[in-house]
Amino acid sequence: MKLIRLVIISLLLSLVALSAWARPLVIEITEGIDSALPVAIVPFGWDSAAVIPVDVAEIVSSDLQRTGLFEPLDSGDFLSKPTGIDAVKFRDWRLLNASNLVIGNITQDSDVYVIEFYVFDIFKGKKLIGYALRANRGDLRNAAHQVSDIVYEALTGQPGAFATQIAYISVTEKAGKKRYSLQVSDADGFNPQSLLNSPEPILSPSWSPDGRQVAYVSYEERRPRIYVQEISSGKREAIASFSGLNSAPVWSPDGKSMALVLSKDGSPDIYVMDVASRDLRRLTTSAAIETEPSWSPDGKTIAFTSDRGGSPQIYRVSASGGRSKRLSFEGKYNARPRFSPNGEYLAMVHVGNNSNGAYRIAVLDMDVGTLRVLTEGQLDESPSFAPNGSMIIYATEQQGRGVLAAVSTDGRVHQRLSIQDGDTREPVWSPFKK
Amino acid sequence: MIKMINRVLLAGAVFALVACSSTKQSGADVLIDDLESSEFSTENDDDGVLTGGLGDGNGVSGSGIDGGDSFALEELNNPDSPLSERIIYFPVDSNVIGDEYTGMVEAHARFLAENPDINIILEGHTDERGSREYNLALGERRAQSVSDFLLLQGASSSQTETVSYGEERPAQSGQSEAFWGQNRRVEILYINN
Repeated sequence: MKLIRLVIISLLLSLVALSAWARPLVIEITEGIDSALPVAIVPFGWDSAAVIPVDVAEIVSSDLQRTGLFEPLDSGDFLSKPTGIDAVKFRDWRLLNASNLVIGNITQDSDVYVIEFYVFDIFKGKKLIGYALRANRGDLRNAAHQVSDIVYEALTGQPGAFATQIAYISVTEKAGKKRYSLQVSDADGFNPQSLLNSPEPILSPSWSPDGRQVAYVSYEERRPRIYVQEISSGKREAIASFSGLNSAPVWSPDGKSMALVLSKDGSPDIYVMDVASRDLRRLTTSAAIETEPSWSPDGKTIAFTSDRGGSPQIYRVSASGGRSKRLSFEGKYNARPRFSPNGEYLAMVHVGNNSNGAYRIAVLDMDVGTLRVLTEGQLDESPSFAPNGSMIIYATEQQGRGVLAAVSTDGRVHQRLSIQDGDTREPVWSPFKK
Repeated sequence: MIKMINRVLLAGAVFALVACSSTKQSGADVLIDDLESSEFSTENDDDGVLTGGLGDGNGVSGSGIDGGDSFALEELNNPDSPLSERIIYFPVDSNVIGDEYTGMVEAHARFLAENPDINIILEGHTDERGSREYNLALGERRAQSVSDFLLLQGASSSQTETVSYGEERPAQSGQSEAFWGQNRRVEILYINN
């Protein structure tokens, strides 16, 4: 039996200051796993008459539930609600079959909130971790995601990626006019912010490795140009405006170079630009299409899409140039590769030989060479790994509308993220915040 | 309470997370500044017109041109002329111009060769299936195919420019071959200089 859960997180009312073009995402878990861990998350203590601006325990609960790996227990069933370590009675939690317990307490010291929290292993009857972190009022939501990251790591051994962001393109239509918007939101869809709005297409957002800049393609000059924008200041600059195509920018892992696609010398080819000097180096020269570069995490190679063999397939070339080697052999269409953070996997858009032309997200195991199809849509595209490698976010369609979805890298957990109207596309997960 | 916390972890965590928080906070602050200072309005105005670009005054037009050589204008606007045909459709994942279009493209090449002051933009498009960036490249290749053909037939490279929109500007929206076939195209757009 598959565990199907529908959890709609829609605390939309708290998002007051949003413009009409920045609608929050709603996240549903469409498929979890049978063996989700029952975790008890007790509402955090708060010893003040004032209303706590952010319900930290609720955010942690939502974050953990969204992974599909955990099943937060209903706090209405709790026999006790400890907020300090002395009040924890393991027996109360064994009766509920909780595998783990998370408790916490929040205190306020003038402008600073101190969140102190503990994670327990109920079966072993012992404390796993205890932490305290401080945050200003405006950072409480982010601090709650950091609590989730620490709890997730305590329970899985892997770093969490809750306190990260996603960038995506949203397209709305009003009175027959399209509006394109480059958005950045928290990884749970909250706090969406518009970085750029335009009546002309915006494409291919890409994070700098330090998470401070985004590169993208904008048609605001009625031609595709590559821009780099500093997120904090909004300051931006066109870095590629050659004749023909300027597309698919991606930063090298060290941030010093950018791979991009130009057609100024003929067919679309991969180039590497030195970001400081803007010097260009041409990496591919075939008369076919070469596009969609992705840097390996060690910065040494670049995977890309080429139709040089007759159909789009994935190839790999040294970042210093030379001969390229074909990586994908299964299926009639493989495109838009993205390396996993550990470099062991390559996510791509895949059309199988017997899939009735459905475009799906697949993952290639680079060591073994096996390809695994993870999704079941008709028009799935734009895969992007979470910085901890646990999930892949991608674009899909639901009743003719572009929506975002995520799948765990092992294919077991499926989520859907959707904004209220318009199309959402080209999601890219941010790197870890530094 | 605090004495119960593992002190090593605590010190490390507070240090790391405070540093993290302050970075995040400044980021969030300026994001909002950016919203207000951006030249592209984030208000819910409908027309939010961009500065720069070709603008409306000298925009790209799919119909005839104004001004210029009146004879050329007449020919371009003649619905019986082969020049009135300005869209080339393509098979799936192909940039090969079908035989049925060669006469039409030759007519445009001849017209451009005879009117060296007239310029065109070749807009390449694809259907919605598959990867967006690959489709941009495919649209570019289609536009380049038409451009190459025009140049071979006597048009000058200074007269043609290729712009690919990939799958961003479908002529028809719908999910079957009947729609997709209408979207895999290159449009010849005469520019009013």
